[in-house]
Amino acid sequence: MRVALQVTCINDALFPDTGKAMVTLLRRLGVDVEFPAGQTCCGQPMVNTGYLDEAVPALRSFVDAFGGYDAIVTPSGSCAGSARHQHQIVARRSGDAGLVAAVEKTAPRVFELTEFLVDQLGVTDVGASFPHAVTYHPTCHSLRMLGVGDRPRMLLEQVRGLRLVDLPAAEECCGFGGTFAMKNADTSIAMGSDKARHVRETGAEILVAGDNSCLMHIGGLLSRQRSGVRTMHLAEILASTEAAPPTVAPLSVEPVETRGLAL
Amino acid sequence: MTATFVGMPPFPTAARAALEDTQLRHNLAHATGTIRDKRARVVAEVEDWEDLRTAGAAIKDATLANLEQHLVQLEARLLEQGAVVHWARDAAEANRIVAGIAKSHAVDEVVKVKSMVTQEIGLNEALALEGIAAWETDLAELIVQLGDDLPSHILVPAIHRNRAEIRQIFLERMAAAGRPAPTDLTDDPAELASTARLHLREKFLRARMAVSGANFAVAETGTLVVVESEGNGRMCLTLPEVLVSVVGIEKVVPTFADLDVFLRLLPRSSTGERMNPYTSTWTGVTPGDGPQEVHVVLLDNGRTRALADEVGRQALRCIRCSACLNVCPVYERVGGHAYGSVYPGPIGAILNPLMHGVGEDAQTDSLPYASSLCGACYEVCPVKIDIPSVLVDLRAQVVDAHRGGVPPVTHLAEAVAMKGVAATFGSSRRLGFAERLVRLGTGVAQRLPVATPWTNARDVPKGPPESFRAWWKRTDGGRR
Ligand code: SF4
Repeated sequence: MRVALQVTCINDALFPDTGKAMVTLLRRLGVDVEFPAGQTCCGQPMVNTGYLDEAVPALRSFVDAFGGYDAIVTPSGSCAGSARHQHQIVARRSGDAGLVAAVEKTAPRVFELTEFLVDQLGVTDVGASFPHAVTYHPTCHSLRMLGVGDRPRMLLEQVRGLRLVDLPAAEECCGFGGTFAMKNADTSIAMGSDKARHVRETGAEILVAGDNSCLMHIGGLLSRQRSGVRTMHLAEILASTEAAPPTVAPLSVEPVETRGLAL
Repeated sequence: MTATFVGMPPFPTAARAALEDTQLRHNLAHATGTIRDKRARVVAEVEDWEDLRTAGAAIKDATLANLEQHLVQLEARLLEQGAVVHWARDAAEANRIVAGIAKSHAVDEVVKVKSMVTQEIGLNEALALEGIAAWETDLAELIVQLGDDLPSHILVPAIHRNRAEIRQIFLERMAAAGRPAPTDLTDDPAELASTARLHLREKFLRARMAVSGANFAVAETGTLVVVESEGNGRMCLTLPEVLVSVVGIEKVVPTFADLDVFLRLLPRSSTGERMNPYTSTWTGVTPGDGPQEVHVVLLDNGRTRALADEVGRQALRCIRCSACLNVCPVYERVGGHAYGSVYPGPIGAILNPLMHGVGEDAQTDSLPYASSLCGACYEVCPVKIDIPSVLVDLRAQVVDAHRGGVPPVTHLAEAVAMKGVAATFGSSRRLGFAERLVRLGTGVAQRLPVATPWTNARDVPKGPPESFRAWWKRTDGGRR
């Protein structure tokens, strides 16, 4: 089985540690994961903002990069959802029969990390160790678009030393929503503030999720509030072992003191 | 009601104002939370709920695919049963028809059953211009009407009001509309309800004409159906001599057996009850019993436009249960008014653009973006309307409507940016540049003393020293 890592544009540029954790974890489980260098973005930012024509170049690069693989694994429920549910819409609209045919092959082979581990590899104990109190936010696209169900929980429960704390109103959206976070910033922040409050209520040290874009939003709020809660991608926790704990930066975000006063 | 949704600002502006209303946020969080839990409990009791949803969606789709045939059958049965059938292309036509009927009976007031469609067409305002008072008789609608306010929820239009506010409205406004509230009225819910009851009873007994909508119209028999909780509908439907029902053309269901599916789906989704307290059905005129003159106004008003939309037509399955509003995290925080329409929340965000068309006004164009695409609405919708997919499709329609010409100022920067992104993501070689740009962007955001929509409340991640692809290349995927 040839397995490709679709790292996603956000992780590539902003959260490379998640990509590295994916490599560490998958190799440990015997998967010789490859990184097709031609990959760029799944096109979701354009599609969800209404720019379907503008998503075509990204889609072409996607099928070119991943065309030959049996499985395409991604640390993002949202990008997996985009590939499985939106790529065909973009391809059809482009009127390019070749692209439609290519998407027919790639779309069903895209798996979000927990789907790949539990359904394709059949493992829930990945041999991880992470002795911290953790709370888990099921991101909307993992939960409702892909239906990953309790796979992430099954995986987390097997991690040595990890104490999983229930997040109140866990299934409620954090308010990120891609360009929603900018176009409707006030509403997005109102939703995120409630999510951040629930996270703080748990008393957990770390908020984990399967999507760094949502974590960037919630983490940005938690950091601004100096809450002392850190965010981590699920892959980084699952990659962690006693011998090789994650190299964690103090807080993944850099607070800026003066900014709030301007404008 | 003189308040109007006309001229409402685009969603983000209206939402900002609503978010500052702490009373509103508190009421909404409490009310939607309660009804959400209730719905979840009673839905969980039904073992074949998913099959029921599928059946509901299938019946609606099949009916919409042959809408004309079912409407013609409905009209024929109604005529056989002594009803008068009118067809209205738009709001103005429908309003003229209803006003004409009122005038032909020389009435200067009508009582109303709660109905979304008459709000959609602005019937009360149109009748007021003709000197005819239209009295809302649903408790929440009464509160909205007396308060000169706008509805903010499909099912609970006064969801944004608390009981202290309601007491105040009753004390100040009831006298001008009929029987006054007692001066020693408290904010005890039972007392408020009985005050409304006495006030309304006089209106029921006096009115000679009633106006209703209909939840369903059964084509095979010509039967209209109204589903309600308070019994005010039953009063309106049985006491006056003349009954006029304004019915959207998508309300038709072919048979009584089909109706059964919806009568099971609706109450659990809507009020979280196993069964609603009152289900009234009537088939034309029954001699010697109830209204002896029955009119039905079949209304288009943008529905055929929505029907022509391949992705969006599923919105016409909607049975107005409001489950999607109650689970929507956006609605929960901003309330109904921000949507600028009698149809708020997720369904409003698709229905309004579908019925009016996009590319013409900024308010309508802002609605498809009033969602984080979390999908909670789709999950609860009893007729399985895939609202997130319709939202995304409508966003594309908004963008496409502005292609070719100069995009509006609000979209200009975005349109240019998306073109740049498209080129960047077309090739991984260019992405090397893009990452540097992202890092530059976050670096700048961290250093500049400027508030952006992101940094107003959220810190920005620190850019990593190297991208993933740079790391992979440098270390051969961590092997060196
Ligand atoms: S869209 Fe669905 S959930 Fe929303 S009001 Fe209509 S039927 Fe109910």
